[in-house]
Parts: sequence; structure tokens; C-alpha cells
Amino acid sequence: MAHAEDAPQVTVLPPDTAKIKKLWTVAGILGAVTLLEFAVAFGVPHEMKDLRVWTFILMTIVKAAYIVGEFMHLRYEAKVLLWSILIPMVFVVWMLVAFVYEGIHIDLARP
Amino acid sequence: MASTSTVTVPAPGKTEWDGGVSPMNASYGKLMMWFFLLSDAFTFSALLITYGLVRSSHKAYEGTVDAFTFSQAYWPIPEKVFEAVPFFHGLNAPLVFVGLMTFILIMSSVTMVLAVEAGHRMDRKAVEKWMLWTIIGGFTFLACQAWEWSHFIHGTDGGSILADGTKIFGANLSINQYGPPDFAAFFFFITGFHGFHVFSGVMLNFLIYYNTVTGVYERRGHYEMVEKVGLYWHFVDLVWVFVFTFFYLV
Repeated sequence: MAHAEDAPQVTVLPPDTAKIKKLWTVAGILGAVTLLEFAVAFGVPHEMKDLRVWTFILMTIVKAAYIVGEFMHLRYEAKVLLWSILIPMVFVVWMLVAFVYEGIHIDLARP
Repeated sequence: MASTSTVTVPAPGKTEWDGGVSPMNASYGKLMMWFFLLSDAFTFSALLITYGLVRSSHKAYEGTVDAFTFSQAYWPIPEKVFEAVPFFHGLNAPLVFVGLMTFILIMSSVTMVLAVEAGHRMDRKAVEKWMLWTIIGGFTFLACQAWEWSHFIHGTDGGSILADGTKIFGANLSINQYGPPDFAAFFFFITGFHGFHVFSGVMLNFLIYYNTVTGVYERRGHYEMVEKVGLYWHFVDLVWVFVFTFFYLV
């Protein structure tokens, strides 16, 4: 008897179907964007390099936004938390631009 | 002419600086996980950006895609390197296997978020089920990566011939049949560092699964640990999305 009294009293709530449906929708979007990336990888010729690269970057940002916003729930957190995570990413963007630019010029400076 | 003014001094515990206030409205553990992930994002960014620097400082391949051959003189087209699939030796299927790996990791992210949802409802059985699927997904991804590494290291049937006439197969940290040695070094460091994160994630997921099964979280009254490790697991998926784009597609 003592054991039964110690056991925690847990009320299990029914599944939140609206929420689960939304999560599967996000999963569907992520899958669809990945398929679209494949379509671009094999549909758009390599000669159109800039178009390919920018489409890939754009689609990656879309996927990242869904993963961070919905799966990691950041969209629904306090705004101060959201910006404390997103604003430091400015440094990453600047670093990417600066270093790729630098790389191009290393190539140009090679004999 | 003594003038007096009254200053109201709030009682301790009443101002924002007296503690007990959570401006970010998240628990300590969750907040620290977020800031750890931010610092981890910087580490991965550094690796990927260095890849961008070194790649853009090498000559790009100029000819047509069909006529592409491996050479030390220019950076390879990734889809020409990653075109093999296990059990289909000799089949030319560019990026198919890595697409499958992406799908596996996204699916394991979905099962993770379903475990978090079940945790909010205190549904132990459902948390157990979804955590187990997440662990299986993680292990499958690691197995795929092991195969991919093995194939990359051993090389293609034909190998590549260097300028001095020697023939090399596959890649390691000093030689690389696919292109400049840096290409292989970045493959090992970037996918390896990510794979190590997946491995740690699977270990953490197993710990959470074990604690769920033994009823630790049920006794604690909440499943917040599932959420915290979930954040880490989604981050691993997020990094793969970037690795997939910048290493395999671009």
C-alpha cells in the first residue's frame, strides 16, 4: 500500500492534434524545400552559377527559419530571447562576406 | 531653508534587480542551452567560412560538367565526388545518398519535437516511443556517414593520375584523388565535427530515454529535459542543413 501512495499521480492529457498537425506541416515544408534544392541542382545548368548559389542560400535560410522558429520554438519565446540569439548572427554574415572576398583576391594574387 | 523630499525605497525583492524575475521567460537550463548553441553556431560558422575562403582562393572548374575529370588544378564539383550509393557499385547517382541522409536527420528532428509535445502532456509512453525513433534516426545517420567516409577514403575504381605519373586512390589528409588536398581536409573536419555532434546527441537522447523509462521525469513532474536536449538535437539538424548546402550543393 505504501508503494502505491508514493507513486506520482500523473494526469496524461490527450494529444494536441492541432499542434501535431502543424509540426507535420513544417516537416512537409522542409522535405519539399529539400526536393526543390535537388530540382535546382540538376535542372539549372552549372553555367548559371550565381543563380544556383543564391537560390541555394535562400532555400537554406527558409529551412533554417522553420527549424529554429517552429521546431526549436524560438518564434514563440520572449522577443528579448529571440533577438539575443539572432543579432549576434550579424557577425557570421559579415565574416562570410569578408573571407570569401579575401579568398577571391588570394586567387587573383597567385602567379 | 531645509527642504525635504521623500524618496521611496522599494522593499527588497520588489525591483527587477533584486532577482526572482525572468525577463526572457525561460528557465536557467533552457537559456544556457540557447547560449551554448549560439557559441556552437560560431564554431561551425568558422569552419564553413574557412571552407568558403579556401575554396574561393582555388581555381574553379571551367569546362562543361559532362567533361569533368578529377584534377589537382581546380576545386572539384561536389556532385561529381559524392555520387555513390551503398549496394549499387558503379551506379552514378549524384547526391542521392546524401539526400537520403538529410531526409533521415530531418525525420529524426520531427520525432524529437513529437517527444517534446508528448512530454508537455506528461504522456510517458509516447515520450518513450518518439525518443526511441529519434535514437534510431541518429544511429542510422551515423551509419550512413561511416559508409560515406569509408567510400571517400578508399576512392573510386579508376583513381586519379598525378602530374608525375603516380596513381592515387581516395583521400586522406595529405593526398586527395578528387582535387586539392584542402578539399579532403575540409570534408573530414566539417562532416567529422558534425558527426561528433550527432554522436553526442544520440548519447544524450539515450540518457533522456533511460530517465523517461525509469520514471525520473514523471516523479519530477515535468519533462523539461526532453526540451533542452531537443534544442540540441534540432541544432544538429540545422547545422546539417548548412553543411548540405555549402559543402554538397554549392
